[in-house]
Amino acid sequence: MSVAHPVAHAHDPYRLGHGGGHGSEAQGHGEGGPPSKRIIVGYGFWIFLLSDIIMFSAFFASYAVLAGATAGGPGGKQLFDIGNVGIETGFLLVSSFTCGVASIGAAARKFWLFQIGMAVTFVLGACFLGLEIKEFAGLAAQGDGPQRSAFLSAFFSLVGCHGLHVTAGLMWLLTMMAQVLAKGFRADIMRRILCFSLFWHALDIIWVAVFTVVYLLGVVR
Amino acid sequence: MSELSRDGLDDQQAEGDQHDIAPGDEQLDGSGVLEGVRGYLIGLALAMGLTLCSFILPATGLIYGPAIPVALIVFAIAQMGVHLVFFIHITTGPDNTNNVLALAFGVLIVLLVIGGSLWIMANLNHNMTPMNQVMSMQR
Repeated sequence: MSVAHPVAHAHDPYRLGHGGGHGSEAQGHGEGGPPSKRIIVGYGFWIFLLSDIIMFSAFFASYAVLAGATAGGPGGKQLFDIGNVGIETGFLLVSSFTCGVASIGAAARKFWLFQIGMAVTFVLGACFLGLEIKEFAGLAAQGDGPQRSAFLSAFFSLVGCHGLHVTAGLMWLLTMMAQVLAKGFRADIMRRILCFSLFWHALDIIWVAVFTVVYLLGVVR
Repeated sequence: MSELSRDGLDDQQAEGDQHDIAPGDEQLDGSGVLEGVRGYLIGLALAMGLTLCSFILPATGLIYGPAIPVALIVFAIAQMGVHLVFFIHITTGPDNTNNVLALAFGVLIVLLVIGGSLWIMANLNHNMTPMNQVMSMQR
């Protein structure tokens, strides 16, 4: 064992043997026991996110099917303000970056880097949400709410579902800031931060699909 | 070491079963905030570039009109890839196989749902009696 390991590490660019789960002395196939709790939690949340994306794919499918069903009402070309969508996209993209900076801060146990990164992420996410609510309110006020046509029903359910996810993410974000403030970078808190950052990055990926399929293709159509 | 691996079954293979990485975690060589931030900055720059291309492209007229939707979808897929690699740290390394396989299965289902819906609904539309004929039958 002690002879074999240095050799193995020399051919081990991914440091697979690094610590080996719990650094246990167990041997043989599956050496080191089950993976750490961080890996299990992260992987489980990854599978949740993928199933969330599959749910979104159903909304995308219904939007794509109904995009032409305007019932004589306005279509995307008349309704969408691409400049506004560009600003929303910028907010969400930069918030994804600052969320990454915050998770680096957590990994390095730098309290203020984490808190400031999270605070900036919150502000950017809230700006995104504000613009989206303004857009929705404007559409509803001019009589183009979800009841106007099948196209608008699909539009509001798809984009609104993403907006609801962002709202939930913002509340989760505040919870994580408070938990780090109250409890510090404990192992369980670190796992929640990992899940939160995965969630936030996944929301940005879904938004890429939204601005392309709904807004840009809707205006080109 | 078990008998098998001592007898020459690849040591590395036995080690390969040992360690995975949680999705979103990154294996950095140096330790440091700066190295991590650099990765996110590269991702941000690439994503910004692709976003700008998507938004500006339809207005420029650089691309043959009917090809614009395809170009937009290509940009979107590229940007999702950038997000996966630089923000969620999905890699091709052996420590990431579980994450990649779960992602691949998710992509398969997404393609089936969206492609299948569009296909079936287009087919139904095609085979349906045109609405004006239905109206005249009712009269």
